[in-house]
Amino acid sequence: MNLSFFDQFASPSLLGIPLILLSMLFPALLLPMPNNRWINNRLATLQLWASHLMTKQLMTPMNKKGHKWALILVSLMIMLLLINLLGLLPYTFTPTTQLSMNMALAFPLWLATLLTGLRNQPSASLGHLLPEGTPTPLIPALILIETTSLLIRPLALGVRLTANLTAGHLLIQLISTATITLLPIMPTVSILTALILFLLTILEVAVAMIQAYVFVLLLSLYLQENI
Amino acid sequence: GPLPERRLMDVRLGELPAWLATCNFSPQGLLGGVRKAWSSYYDKYINVRRGGPAGISMLLAGYCLLSYGWNYQHISKISFLVSV
Repeated sequence: MNLSFFDQFASPSLLGIPLILLSMLFPALLLPMPNNRWINNRLATLQLWASHLMTKQLMTPMNKKGHKWALILVSLMIMLLLINLLGLLPYTFTPTTQLSMNMALAFPLWLATLLTGLRNQPSASLGHLLPEGTPTPLIPALILIETTSLLIRPLALGVRLTANLTAGHLLIQLISTATITLLPIMPTVSILTALILFLLTILEVAVAMIQAYVFVLLLSLYLQENI
Repeated sequence: GPLPERRLMDVRLGELPAWLATCNFSPQGLLGGVRKAWSSYYDKYINVRRGGPAGISMLLAGYCLLSYGWNYQHISKISFLVSV
């Protein structure tokens, strides 16, 4: 059977039970269970420190009303971070390579920020469609451009995450196939390819973390415009 | 103690069918069993005073093995060094 490089993204299922459900629920196991202790175990302390760091980073530029979004944004970030990083382990499945899931995350959250702005401060929200200082003849064109850029935001959010992760996994699979295929033929080139694979894996770990951060950061920026 | 109240590790091999018969296989029963298994793993390996990477690493290794098993049907059909 020919190896198709896109087979790794097919949602795997065993006897009709999809693995995507398990892959999405598994990160919950890695998070600390709430207890009444004052000092937790090391894992819980580490994760608490990390989530405090994330919360401060995301919520500092936000005004008071935006702090109501702290829980959903930080938990979204933790979920995306863990899902992306778990996908780099061997044989695992990454749910965020599925466009359907990323669109399901991006579209409702973006729409929520937009509707919050339109409901609470409609003229200020619509005012974002025209940057300050535009020359008068350009105004109609710029409003069209800004509206398009506003409406394309959820698509961009979803596709950015999907494309980055899918491209990374595909590259890893291609280069590792090259390494293995070259091993009996040209061992030195195979070692070089293995070095590239090592560097690529480091890059993918970074990309996994950065993409989760960017997704949530952009959502918080869209929120800041509208709240 | 009596058979229904013993944990799986304390049940002898010959008593296993009898122990299985006393199990609660309803969804709540299974969920309770899963929760008990998870808390015993968590309390033994992760929720300790001076834990290290071992507790979580065992969990991740188990997850990798589970994913391998889930994908086995598909993976077993791939053959390397095939000239297309």
